[in-house]
Amino acid sequence: MAEPAIEVRSLTKRFGDFVAVDAVSFEVERGRIFGFLGANGAGKSTTIRMLCGLLDPTSGAATVGGHDIRREPERVKRAIGYMSQRFSLYGDLTVAENIGFFGGAYGLSRRALAERLPWVLGLAGLVGRERSLTRTLSVGWKQRLALGCAVLHEPRIVFLDEPTGGVDPASRRRFWELINGLSERGITVFVTTHYLDEAEYCNDIRLIHAGRIVAGGSPRELKTSVIRNPILEVACDRIVEALEILQKEPWVLETSIFGMSLHISVEDEEEGRRLIAARLGREGIAVHRADRIMPSLEDVFIHKIEEQAGTGEAGEARP
Amino acid sequence: MTPLSARCLRAVVKKEFRQIRRDPRSLMFMAFLPAFMLLMFGYALNFDVKRIPLAVVDGDGSRASRGLVDKFRTTEYFDLKAVLPRTAAIDPLMAREKVRAALVIPAGFAEDLLAGRSPAVQIIVDGSNAMSGTTAAGYAGAILQSYSQRITLQALARRGLGSAALPLQAEVRVWYNPELRSAKFLVPGLMAFILMVIVTVSTAFSIVREKERGTMDQIRISSLRSAELILGKIVPYVAISLVSAHLVLLLGQVLFGVGIRGSYPLLLLAMLLFLVGALGQGILISAVTRTQQVAFLFAVLTTMLPTFILSGFVFPIRNMPAAVQAVTYLVPARYFLDALRAVILKGAGFGAVWGQLLLLLAFAALSLGASAARIGRGDKEPSPRRRRARA
Ligand SMILES: Nc1ncnc2c1ncn2[C@@H]1O[C@H](COP(=O)(O)OP(=O)(O)O)[C@@H](O)[C@H]1O
Ligand SMILES: [Mg+2]
Repeated sequence: MAEPAIEVRSLTKRFGDFVAVDAVSFEVERGRIFGFLGANGAGKSTTIRMLCGLLDPTSGAATVGGHDIRREPERVKRAIGYMSQRFSLYGDLTVAENIGFFGGAYGLSRRALAERLPWVLGLAGLVGRERSLTRTLSVGWKQRLALGCAVLHEPRIVFLDEPTGGVDPASRRRFWELINGLSERGITVFVTTHYLDEAEYCNDIRLIHAGRIVAGGSPRELKTSVIRNPILEVACDRIVEALEILQKEPWVLETSIFGMSLHISVEDEEEGRRLIAARLGREGIAVHRADRIMPSLEDVFIHKIEEQAGTGEAGEARP
Repeated sequence: MTPLSARCLRAVVKKEFRQIRRDPRSLMFMAFLPAFMLLMFGYALNFDVKRIPLAVVDGDGSRASRGLVDKFRTTEYFDLKAVLPRTAAIDPLMAREKVRAALVIPAGFAEDLLAGRSPAVQIIVDGSNAMSGTTAAGYAGAILQSYSQRITLQALARRGLGSAALPLQAEVRVWYNPELRSAKFLVPGLMAFILMVIVTVSTAFSIVREKERGTMDQIRISSLRSAELILGKIVPYVAISLVSAHLVLLLGQVLFGVGIRGSYPLLLLAMLLFLVGALGQGILISAVTRTQQVAFLFAVLTTMLPTFILSGFVFPIRNMPAAVQAVTYLVPARYFLDALRAVILKGAGFGAVWGQLLLLLAFAALSLGASAARIGRGDKEPSPRRRRARA
């Protein structure tokens, strides 16, 4: 197998005695979309900034594009593109001027820049708006322009730190199409988000919580391996009452309300279906349907974080 | 070290020019504020040192003493406000700032003069306003001297070329300014002071602004190196501040009659070195601070007071205590001011100012080099907590 695009070993960052990133290790295969998921303050940006050479790690090691982040930061820089969490183009320059500046800063020749300019404009959907001041663009456009500027110099790996933060759902979807496009061109994409639903777009995921990686794998693997017990989606009458009744049963593992139905986790699918119908029937509640469903990633992550909190370890390092 | 990349440099210069153009307020601030400040300060200070309110205590009441008082009354530098009976009467007037200087002629003034003794004429100056105080002392000294010369000549004539000491004792403290034109020494000083402050303040924002907006991270990921960034940022500012310095020169000539007696290319070289140094100081401040407010404060604190007090602009350096004199060597405006006065007022050539120019060059190299090193090392964002622990 080819050398991974990114390889991280026990990477740690402390700020004073606060551990922001706690010995994380993972590998990112080339050309994949790698999703780094976690709530605000989980340590996503800190990890990215270490990998880009903007922040010195406290301990641990990592290579990006085959280059050691401590020993060869200049080579790392040449291999990567970075889009920071905060919008960081020049608001007082026009779209074309921003592209021109970053092109020059990446050392592109005039000719190379002339070729890349239309490509970036097309990517960002800003053809015809070259002369608009960047600060007048909507957030979605700004983000796409920032992505375009981050890949101007055709890096092999791009780091996108919450590129869809604060953007409306339609723009988010369009942005993910762009990310897919990059991946199809063989570019490795390292992307962070705190929107759990976006994890579905990734090939590979790590969930980071309180500086530690608590789960990982492809979306499918996560759904099937983390939660082994079947989940039944139950449609019935008087669901609040039904929920209260089922919660008291020893054979019911977890319960939650999802819209107009209940999610009930049980040991065994067939037996569970039968027990639910019998128990609710005794109370005069009719069960219309009880189908086994695939857990959502949200179910997975909530399960994992609760599991982590249950061991009492993750919580302690936090202030 | 690899040579600088022209592509990177050009990208930064273009970007800076564009950003400056889109921010007319900062442009005006840099280009016109110095000239405007020269206008304001120049007139204010000039006015202040003319018509200094004067009190006279004539303890002699002779023709000779009245002659001396007349001398003071007929110049535009003093305005005779009061004739007092006793020295003790001066104090309350000066305390209320009714007068700022007093001339005390002792009894026996005429007698002493005739006998060839030196009468001790006293000049009392309000020291609370250092600027006009020192100037007043200077003017008074010069008037006494010219009066004393006339008396000497008369005495010599009367005695048929006999030997005679200078009849009046007066400490003459006139700065490099024989015609007693205050503008002549003020204008070069003001130029140095104003340019130092404005130029440093304008570049003090340059890098810290990029840090605040997050664009600095984007730059640090690119192949742009710190030397290219700094040079690229400095070029537009050198151009603008040179324009600004010329406006100041022009204004000095037109309004205050301070013409350039020496060589213009030499003056240009001195200005260039000084401006690059001041820009470098601004960039350095920008490189070590985290917010624009702090950078502004730093820039003002490190330029305003040192330049005002320690450059020789207001207070002659040779009158300072030795320890303070030593500190003045750290103030680049001092060298610029020396060179400026030498070239503008005295018409000095390269031979007279090369030392100052060399020191200005050293200062520019030092500030720019330190900035490049600081930015190159990268602000690796030590945590605030660790920062405090180190401090
Ligand atoms: N420079 C810093 N100094 C101190 N604490 C920091 C610093 N940067 C980040 N942190 C802390 O580290 C934690 C992780 O931050 P971050 O990586 O930005 O999280 P995320 O990007 O996942 O929202 C947060 O609690 C944050 O407050
Ligand atoms: Mg973040």
